[in-house]
Amino acid sequence: MSPGDNTAASGGVEQAYSSIRNRIDAIVIGGSAGAIDALVILLPELCAGVPLPVFIVVHLPRNRPSLLVDIFQPRCALRIREAEDKEPVEPGTVYFAPPDYHLLVDQGPRLALSADETVHFSRPSIDVLFESAADAYRDRLMGIILTGANEDGADGLAAIHRCGGVTVVQAPASAESAQMVSAALKLTNADFVLHLDQIAALLRALGRDEQRDRQPAPPSPE
Amino acid sequence: MEADNFEIELRLLIEAIYLKYHYDFREYAAASLRRRLKTALLRFHCDTLSQLQDQVLRDPENFSVLLDYLTVPVSEMFRDPSYYKSLREKVVPLLRTYPSLKVWVAGCSTGEEVYSLAVLFHEEGILSRTLIYATDINPQTLQKAEAGVYEIDRMMGFTENHRKSGARTSLSEYYTAAYDRAVFNKSLKQQIVFSDHSLATDSVFAEVQLISCRNVLIYFNRILQDRAVGLFRDALVRKGFLGIGAKESLRFSVHGGEFDEVVREDRIYQKRSGM
Repeated sequence: MSPGDNTAASGGVEQAYSSIRNRIDAIVIGGSAGAIDALVILLPELCAGVPLPVFIVVHLPRNRPSLLVDIFQPRCALRIREAEDKEPVEPGTVYFAPPDYHLLVDQGPRLALSADETVHFSRPSIDVLFESAADAYRDRLMGIILTGANEDGADGLAAIHRCGGVTVVQAPASAESAQMVSAALKLTNADFVLHLDQIAALLRALGRDEQRDRQPAPPSPE
Repeated sequence: MEADNFEIELRLLIEAIYLKYHYDFREYAAASLRRRLKTALLRFHCDTLSQLQDQVLRDPENFSVLLDYLTVPVSEMFRDPSYYKSLREKVVPLLRTYPSLKVWVAGCSTGEEVYSLAVLFHEEGILSRTLIYATDINPQTLQKAEAGVYEIDRMMGFTENHRKSGARTSLSEYYTAAYDRAVFNKSLKQQIVFSDHSLATDSVFAEVQLISCRNVLIYFNRILQDRAVGLFRDALVRKGFLGIGAKESLRFSVHGGEFDEVVREDRIYQKRSGM
């Protein structure tokens, strides 16, 4: 089966959802050109009850302070933070890599930053985040590659796949810039190739699940 | 499982390096160390860290190559210009009140931060009474730092950073361009002492008014971070200054309470008077 074959039609989201339900402890997301617009659609779907940390690398100009927290906090129910070195990882929190530093997940889990050289001309690099998160969370990690005009992230997604984690790639047709997702798909037979609105529905489902689990007696399982 | 083996072999390699060469990476932040060692595996054409360990134990030359991977020197002059601007505006006025000054650049790598401070101190008229200690654990990068030679195509970025730091002179006054290189002037170098020092194993060697240690603590775990910040506290005079990297903080250090924030956004701290 070629990667393109798992492009989900209408049933894709439910299938993806049932495969990640109760089996992931963290989400990593990477993107470049067009990724801010994509995240504006995705992140508000994560409701406050989602008990997972979310780590995000978006390629940004290195010499300017990042405005990501200001952009996303008003739109999101989750806490949105710029990652700080040695910070303990908390569930229900979105961590953005700061400009000009790699973001890694270290033992603990705690956040770690590095000023090591660029990877695919990028610092922060998606590969660096994804590979370290795969080491930390093993098979209990979901990685999502979004739109971008660069090949960063492909090796990282492959590392998640090797560790048995869940791999999601934005469908090239729905990506503003398809180079990043194509590179990822070339290296990894991704578990799910989804359009942006389907990824949004998947994230929404994660929160819905949490809400339902909190109710004392759920009426029926769908 | 593959990763478990990697973890085991990593610890063994680090222990072997400590026993054989007395370099202590045992309390380095694991995630960055893992990544650097994975890169080193490719360079040494090794499949496993055990193979690498064999090569490193039996040939000191291999260890010095590996040391470059473990201490990846990445720096630039006047990195984060606002840090230097804040030093100029908030710290230098207080430093001026001392008849003689000592500064410690800890983890100086290839020297970019050292020369930045030397230039800044010269511009502020206090370099001639200042001694800068520039220390690192890697003898090869220390040698480069001492030489003060940088590729000419990096100078444009350095010059732009320098300008943004509130420069009073032109950076080109401090180096000579020769072919594709820029060589920093002796007048700066004669105020600098380059020396081997490990924040993991060595102790305090001088009393200083300012310590600049940027993007070094991020590579340490909290135990080693605490050791390093403890050394800084002990080396600083009363009300002495400590500058760290833009995304580092003393928030998670046991010594955090022993420092006051002077310029929060540029991570410049001052040792509390009672300490």
